Amino acid sequence: MNLTEQELRKIRELEIQAAQNRRSLIELTYVSGYSHLGGPLSACDFLTALYFHFIHWDKDHMDDPERDRFILSKGHNADILYCIFANLGLYTMEELLKEYKNYLGRWGEHPNRFHNPGFEICSGSLGHGLPISCGMAMAGRIDKSKRRIYCLVGDGELQEGSNWESIMLAGHQQYGNLVLVVDKNKCQGCRLTSETINDANLGERIASFGWDVREVAHGNNMKELYEALRDVPEVNDTARSKPICIILHTVKGCGVQYMEDGMAKWHAGGIGDDKIAETYQSIDDKLAATLAETDRMIREAAGEEA
Amino acid sequence: MGKITWEMSAQEAVGSSRAAFIKKIYELAQTNDKICLVNCDCSPEGSVQYQFGQQFKDRFIDTGIMEQTACGLASGLALSGKTVFCQAFGPFLSTRAVEFIYLDGAYNDAAVTYIGTHCGVTAAAGPTHAAVLDIAYMRSMPNMTIIAPADAGQIEKVMEAAVDYGHPIYVRCARGEEPLVYKDNSYRYEIGKAIVAQEGTDVTLIGCGNGVYQCVRAAELLEKEGISARVIDMHTIAPLDKEVIYAAMRETKGIVTCEDHMVTGGLGSAVAEVVAVADDEKLRIPVKRLGLPTSEFFIQGEPEEVYAYYGYDYNGVYRTAKEILGK
Repeated sequence: MNLTEQELRKIRELEIQAAQNRRSLIELTYVSGYSHLGGPLSACDFLTALYFHFIHWDKDHMDDPERDRFILSKGHNADILYCIFANLGLYTMEELLKEYKNYLGRWGEHPNRFHNPGFEICSGSLGHGLPISCGMAMAGRIDKSKRRIYCLVGDGELQEGSNWESIMLAGHQQYGNLVLVVDKNKCQGCRLTSETINDANLGERIASFGWDVREVAHGNNMKELYEALRDVPEVNDTARSKPICIILHTVKGCGVQYMEDGMAKWHAGGIGDDKIAETYQSIDDKLAATLAETDRMIREAAGEEA
Repeated sequence: MGKITWEMSAQEAVGSSRAAFIKKIYELAQTNDKICLVNCDCSPEGSVQYQFGQQFKDRFIDTGIMEQTACGLASGLALSGKTVFCQAFGPFLSTRAVEFIYLDGAYNDAAVTYIGTHCGVTAAAGPTHAAVLDIAYMRSMPNMTIIAPADAGQIEKVMEAAVDYGHPIYVRCARGEEPLVYKDNSYRYEIGKAIVAQEGTDVTLIGCGNGVYQCVRAAELLEKEGISARVIDMHTIAPLDKEVIYAAMRETKGIVTCEDHMVTGGLGSAVAEVVAVADDEKLRIPVKRLGLPTSEFFIQGEPEEVYAYYGYDYNGVYRTAKEILGK
């Protein structure tokens, strides 16, 4: 890995923040009785890295036309982003807990850009985010802007044909300001994604349409995520280039051991009194192990740099 | 596909809405650099679309044959502050891409003006190439404005009005040369405000798109028999101008609607709903809806042959108006 001590210290912060975001999601699930879990947890580390470090986006100027755009195409994973935006201070966790999926509440199972601060689009039906992102990428090119368009899709979601239309189109148009992130957690609503539709060599398939495809072998590892997001080339506002695709090989339910073990079962669900302590404990245990490794790497990097 | 030929008197002029709308967009784009044009394999060399693409390279895209992505992309542009016109063949735009209009356009309230060409049965190419459900689909969506311009002159006014509208609009356009309803285009046009094309006191004929012309012709025939027909150009089907319908209910004895669309869910349904739920029962005058039946997929033929077969040409409007009046 190619990380400086300073970067590792930032990564350490992000790892702690990712665990906090997971705890918030678990609290939301516990209080509300039900939310999506597997996908939000597999995407949590990426979303944490994006919103707490990489995205050029200011919560106090969310209408800045030059902001980077993040498009959550897999709208059923909004729950984790609701928590992230609460933890970023767009509103309080108390507000979210009170209104989430409640009568006339602002936050529902799928995001609404008019009611939910931070969201660029209303989403939920799969296969819509990438077409919209293509339009935002085209707008960025018209404006000769360096802003970037990130779009997060699920691997099951890629079964929707509109994604492949857009993958063809973006490759042809060379939207170099577009970053498609695939949360490849290998599991969809009913079963393993690969058992539903063979998606072997996904990266090669997308690359064959003229994309610059990068794979993150451990998409829940903050160090690998950090490197991948750091290494996305800056938007070239004068020349066309390949759109970027980052395939994150993630674990559905990541961060909670029993959910990782029985991932198909934890696409969505509730967490009762019997499970809540174990769930938080699992998040804390995993964070402790992660931080021990990060601290070791920081010491090594400090030694090398010294 | 044969040429669309209309039975009409020799002095009547024709115009192509399909040619007119794009010329107007191209003209507007000269001074408005927010205007973008999205289309799906509708920009052959020599076309105005092609010319637009040559002059405004970044603001133009021919996505190829992918209406779903084109509609999503159009929303992405609109949500980035652009003024977007998204053109495709009406049947594929309104039916195949309907979820991308419903969610990306209407739900996100993205200011996209969708233009479906070859609407109604004007493609003369069978049910796969006919947009005859589009009004029904669009009418059921919140935030969606639906416009069926009466002629080529009016569609230019619609394009102008669409620029600053700020919300999604679905515009249905016919295929080729259609009669001009308005000989003089100096009239004021406003989205959502119906035009009383002709005053009348016995019966009201309400049309949209090509249907307006049929109503005008029918009114001429009725007039020869001493029947005074009011003709309403209901160019905007949603939001519907209810006031003009209430006035017809108060001042005339019946309503005939005419549209190149299924009678179910279209202009006729919209008008009938207003009449049926009127608070004052005495005002509930008879309504006859003319258009395509849902009992079968429509026959093969040129548009005017199809109109006549299903009784929504001007003769059908004329006959139905007399029926309502018991004459």
